[in-house]
Amino acid sequence: MSNRINNKLQKVFDTPNGKAFIGFITAGDPTADNTVNCILEMERAGADLVEIGIPFSDPTAEGPVIQDANIRALKGGMTTDGAFDIVRRVREKSRIPLAFMTYANPVFHYGYDKFFARCGELGVDAVIIPDLPFEEKREMEEPACAHDVALISMIAPTSESRIQKIASEAKGFIYVVSSMGVTGVRSEIRTDVGAIVESIRKVTDVPCAVGFGISTPEQAGKMAAVSDGAIVGSAIVKLVAQYGNDAPAEVYRYVKSMKEAVLQI
Amino acid sequence: MSKGRYGIHGGQYISETLMNELIRLEECYEHYKQDPQFQAELNTLLNEYAGRPSLLYYAEKMTRDLGGAKIYLKREDLNHTGSHKINNVLGQALLARKMGKTRIIAETGAGQHGVATATAAALLGMECEIYMGKEDTERQALNVYRMELLGAKVHPVTTGTQTLKDAVNECMREWTGRVNDTLYVLGSVMGPHPFPMIVRDFQSVISREAKAQILEKEGKLPAAVVACVGGGSNSMGAFYNFIEERQVELIGCEAAGKGVDTALTAATIATGSLGIFHGMKSYFCQDEYGQIAPVYSISAGLDYPGIGPEHAYLHDIGRAQYVPVTDDEAVDAFEYIARTEGIICAIESAHAVAYVRKIAKNYSPEQSIIICLSGRGDKDVAAIARYRGVEIHE
Repeated sequence: MSNRINNKLQKVFDTPNGKAFIGFITAGDPTADNTVNCILEMERAGADLVEIGIPFSDPTAEGPVIQDANIRALKGGMTTDGAFDIVRRVREKSRIPLAFMTYANPVFHYGYDKFFARCGELGVDAVIIPDLPFEEKREMEEPACAHDVALISMIAPTSESRIQKIASEAKGFIYVVSSMGVTGVRSEIRTDVGAIVESIRKVTDVPCAVGFGISTPEQAGKMAAVSDGAIVGSAIVKLVAQYGNDAPAEVYRYVKSMKEAVLQI
Repeated sequence: MSKGRYGIHGGQYISETLMNELIRLEECYEHYKQDPQFQAELNTLLNEYAGRPSLLYYAEKMTRDLGGAKIYLKREDLNHTGSHKINNVLGQALLARKMGKTRIIAETGAGQHGVATATAAALLGMECEIYMGKEDTERQALNVYRMELLGAKVHPVTTGTQTLKDAVNECMREWTGRVNDTLYVLGSVMGPHPFPMIVRDFQSVISREAKAQILEKEGKLPAAVVACVGGGSNSMGAFYNFIEERQVELIGCEAAGKGVDTALTAATIATGSLGIFHGMKSYFCQDEYGQIAPVYSISAGLDYPGIGPEHAYLHDIGRAQYVPVTDDEAVDAFEYIARTEGIICAIESAHAVAYVRKIAKNYSPEQSIIICLSGRGDKDVAAIARYRGVEIHE
């Protein structure tokens, strides 16, 4: 198994200080137009990668904020095909690295080969599936590899003895889960993320980005200081919930402040 | 192929945060399964506390009325807490305590599993929190209060369809946040490995007893074993020790709700397709994009959009057959068995009774059919009255 970083994803961490800011948004929340505009604004504000959530009816890894976004998006008629169309529209204007985040079932139902082939065609560089642990990844890995899409590995505060095997097969970047529980804004992150990243570093040089619970520039800075980047989801989705189709300007302002914090380390 | 597979089904499709905990659970389970002291403790609880073995009752009037096979009822409704759920819960709660956990959490649909879990927690001195769809807390209000009496905290789940699947979602989220002192006591033969195996093993006491009982009474194996299927724990327990006995038909009765040709159904084998959800690969009711479908049944305990992976496998290989039974048929059977045998059974179990009413005459009087009467029906009386347009003021 190769540890080679997919070239497009290498660009994500190719920043002045080697630290990346990664933003997340749910596709079709509340409309596809809004998602396209928010992604373009995130890029303009300096985001190095945008994760696009394909909504799922039962997002068991998500806290209330992203759960609600999934419901809004599905109510608005968003589908897997709709999410691909959002990517197509973004690609008309932008070359920003993109990832999909969704659950195993929508990908399984779309058909693994068809799904990853479309990712490859449209330039979705990575796919993150929170309910696909190391033991189950084989069935998606082959079609993902065949279309040059990185299937992202996650490492959690409870991974401990599993870090070695997960990290040794990781590609693209490693998604380090900062805290126990589901996604969502947290006032404090207590896990020793630095220690987890250190254990990973002993095994691989694949970059590590930290997500779950990061919302303030201070938290983003702290997390990026001990890793290669910060991932922010719920805080952005909250802005979308609050401002709806007027969200792009707010998202721009927010991402800009977060990106600055990550670059200042 | 990863662990816990039944043909192509099963597996461990779960967040990385829970993986080490599932591995630990499996190791502990494998250890205590072999531990005579654990088995002795569990057997004492099952026999002295839960009231096992449960009766295998010959339903003579029903047999005469239906005019075919001899009908036997495996009386899981007579267990302490009123259903088969206690079999699994005592096992898992005891396991949790051995693992050093001080808190157990569980989902519940009709409330049977929640009540059983709250009961075991009270008995073993553990903290207990139950997640129940808000809609279910309303249609099973009595069970909510029962759980509270037992010292459990009940969380009404307001996300999604506010029923069983959403209660499972919420339980998984809660467990992901707190694994150190907490075990998720899953109520059915579903979820990620090792749950389908553990729950099946603890429920297999049903068929272990039933097999010995029917051999004693009839001197031969039954022609068929019939049980209702939601996630599938009572049916898997009732089937398990008969799987190797090829001549015994295994029949699972799914909740068809208003009918399998309507959207208001929970019949997974009849209307679902292969998918990955709640930690397992199996059959699920879902749309063309893999969004899990809202399902419906009069029975809160069968109102689940999936089926356990071992059932999916038994279906694939043709070892068991799964048939849909509508609300109307189940309610008729609920009333029928009450009048005929003087037994008010759970509306879930009434699905199995309904199907046997249809097929009994296809068998000869020398043959027998065992129905797993998974629970008692006190909890359903108010809902059945409403279904018949009768107002009850408690």
